[in-house]
Order: sequence, then structure tokens, then C-alpha cells
Amino acid sequence: MSTVELLERVAEPVATVQAKRRKRLPDLRRWLSPIALVVLWQVSSATGLLPPDKLSSPWTVLRAGIDTARSGELGEAFAVSITRVGVGFAFGAAIALVLGVVAGLSNWGNALIDPPVQMLRTLPFLGLIPLLILWFGIGEEPKIVLVALGVAFPLYLNVHSGIRNVDDQLIEATTALGFTRWERLWHVVLPSAVPQTLVGLRQSLGIAWLALIVGETVNADAGLGYLINNAREFLRTDVIVVGLVVYAVLGLVTDALVRLLERKALRWRKG
Amino acid sequence: MAEGLTVEARGLTKRFGTREVLSGLDLEISPGEFVALLGRSGSGKSTLLRVLAGLDSEVDGEFSVHGTVSVAFQQPRLLPWRKVWRNVVLGLRGRGADRGLAERALAEMRLRDHADAWPRTLSGGEAQRLSLARALVREPDLLLLDEPFGALDALTRLAMHALVADLWAQHQPSVLLVTHDVDEALLLADRVLILDGGAIVAEHVLTHARPRRLADHLDVRARVLADLGVTDHAIA
Repeated sequence: MSTVELLERVAEPVATVQAKRRKRLPDLRRWLSPIALVVLWQVSSATGLLPPDKLSSPWTVLRAGIDTARSGELGEAFAVSITRVGVGFAFGAAIALVLGVVAGLSNWGNALIDPPVQMLRTLPFLGLIPLLILWFGIGEEPKIVLVALGVAFPLYLNVHSGIRNVDDQLIEATTALGFTRWERLWHVVLPSAVPQTLVGLRQSLGIAWLALIVGETVNADAGLGYLINNAREFLRTDVIVVGLVVYAVLGLVTDALVRLLERKALRWRKG
Repeated sequence: MAEGLTVEARGLTKRFGTREVLSGLDLEISPGEFVALLGRSGSGKSTLLRVLAGLDSEVDGEFSVHGTVSVAFQQPRLLPWRKVWRNVVLGLRGRGADRGLAERALAEMRLRDHADAWPRTLSGGEAQRLSLARALVREPDLLLLDEPFGALDALTRLAMHALVADLWAQHQPSVLLVTHDVDEALLLADRVLILDGGAIVAEHVLTHARPRRLADHLDVRARVLADLGVTDHAIA
């Protein structure tokens, strides 16, 4: 038997069996209970069971959303808040990436950077607000620092462990292929840390929103937190709910963006 | 140093702590020669291969390897985030690392249809062929094979033996095959070396014409097994 025949008989066509793209219709039953809850909420409000100073009806909330959007109030608050998250995230992520890469790659870096980071990580960073206010006043800085702190720790931990857990076998194989240190770093170490880094990115974005909300609620003179606090003064529960919904939507949108990024960057992982 | 040898090693000694894994090992491999290295686990086979591959530099003694070296390991060790064809030309980097070359190398391994696939979608045998393609595309003067068929199923292994024999005949690299499969060594090699206690304790030269059949060299097989300490009744 020739090599070719033998190979053809042995080589299984595994790759040709592509995973079936599942494109199911959404299960409409899953909408029943959420809709029922909203209806119940509306009915309770309409019958006076749920007074508007405790919680406005869904309909009022919707109208408040449209009104604040029309007046520009919502857009302005939105812009302020998203800037805080953006700037804080940029600082936190930059610090986490630099520290994580240095600690991941160099033993000295690991020995010097990792212990203090691990110690600081145990501090409840939201509890730092009083200190941050003393240090930075009540302007934009404490909010941005709070977001940056919330972002930096989970991202650092994931980048660090992603780099540390690189497969030694791949390092060895590429060394045998003549890769230099820098080529190994660029073509093997960093790509292999990407999946873990993206996990860290999702975690840190979730925390970024949380940090923003806490920071803005404690004190602010602009932004979504201010909108909500201001509404509280006037018992406008409809506006409060609008603010909460916007927070929730922003969280969902950023999460979806990271998931999209994951799908693009990790295509090789799917069989 | 003698002229023309692909590998020449004198008195290679390697210690891990107090344990001596290689003790004063001598080895010569001529250009185009296919050498199989047999030995029980822990005899130092893989350590020797790693030293020759330049993956372990903390070793006493002298050795020189002439020309380009490629290694294929027991596991294919592909970069999972590179398409199949990019994995093939990984060791070329810049000099002629183009798609055409990759496709020719893949065609030789009957993997052409997988050029744009991700390595994860390959079967064990396909991945190992890709690993061989990656090693051979560098046109090595010395091909180091570290139990490259050890993790494959029996049928795939047979096919790989035939493939390696073909490729060796075609490209003519020197080959050092580390294995613990006696029949594999007898089918493929010009010379079978037995490694024990960190030194080469026996050598068998095989002159049978290729392609070989197991029945051709049952006499050598018996002697090789005896060298490895397998008793007579186990052979029969």
C-alpha cells in the first residue's frame, strides 16, 4: 500500500464537519413573564396601589425619559458620565497593562510589583471615597480615580496570569525554530495572554460602571448620578428610574462590545 | 573536528542536581543518515535531543551541529491563533515565508485543503503532519524527531512511518529519531543506537533495502530487544 493510499484511509475528515451555526428563533415564551411584570407594575400604579412618590408607573417613566431627552438634560448627563468612565478606564487600563506585562514577563518585575498590588487589591476600593475626596476635592478627579482603581485590579490580575501561564511547550518550539526573545514575546507570549486579558476587560468594565455610580451618587454636580440625586430632592421617581435604566443600558452595551471583540479576537478558539 | 559530519558530540555530560542524565556520551551522525535512538524512559533520550536542538545549553562536553536544525515534538506544538498555512512557515520568518511555499509544503503532507483552517480543527494525525511540514519547510540539515508518533493511534502511526520514510528519501536530511518503539526504529533507520544510563551502549547497522518489512530483520530485532533488557520469552 502506498503512503498516499494509507494516509487517505487513515486521515479522518474532522475539519470538514463544521460546527452547525445555530440560528434558532427566540423562544417567545421567555417574554411572557417580563411583560406580565410590567403590566402588573402599570396596573398597580394606575389603581393607586403603588404611589408615584415610591415608584412611578412605567408609562410615566417612559414620558420622563422622552422629556429629559428632549430638554437635553439626559444627553448632557450621559455625556458627563460616559466621559468619566472613559477617562478613568483609560488610565486604569493603561496602568494595569503596563504593570501586568512587566510583572508577567520579568521575575524582578514580578517580585517588585505583584506583592503591593496583591495587598492593595484586598482594600475595598469603594471605601476609599473619603480619602479620595480629601486628596482630590469634589471635582472630576475623585470619580475618575475611583473608576481607574476599579478597572486596574481585575485587569492587572488577568493580564498577569495570562502572561505567566503561557505554554512552555510553545516557547520551546518557537525557540527551536529560531525565534528571538522579542519575536517570542510578540508572536507567542502576548497572543496567548489575549483570552485571559479579555476576561479581565469584561470584569473591569463591569466594575467601572459600578465605581462611577457610587462616585456620582456620593457627590456630583453633573452627570447621571447628579440627575438621579436631583430627582430625589423633588420626589421624581420617574426620573430616578430613567437614570437607572440608562446605567443598565450602558453596562449592557459595553459588555456586548467586549463580547464582540472576543468573538473577533478569539475566532481561532472555536473548532 | 572531522569534516562533513552533521552532528559530532564528545563526552556530553548533563546533570540535573546530583543525577547524571548524560554521562560522557559520544555521537556522530553523517549527512543524510537516519539514526534512531532507543532507550527506556529516563535513559536520557529526550535530554540528548534537547541539547542538540539548542534548547538546553547547560551541558558539559563538546558538540557541534552543522547546518539548520528542525525539531518535531511528541505534541505538534502549533500556534493555535495562526492559520494552518502560517504555522507552516513559522520558522522561515521573512525569508520566503509566502503562501505558495506553505501550500506546496501542505500538499506534500496532503493538508492543502486545510491551509485556511485553525489548528484546533485538525485531527491528531493532521496536526502532527503539520508539525512535520513546519520542520521540513526549513530544509533542515538535521531533523530531530522526539517521539513524534508516540501520541498517535496505531493506524495513523503506520501511515506516518511511511510518510517519514518518503520525505526523508526526498529531502535527505540527517535524522535523529528518538523513540521507544523498536519496530519503528527498525523500519526507518540506517543505524539504531541504544542509550542506557546516559551513554550509548550498543549500535546496530541496518542495511535492508527500503521499503522494509518487519519480517526482514527479526534477528536484529531480537538483539535490540536484548540490549534493552527484554527477556527471550517476551520476544517470542
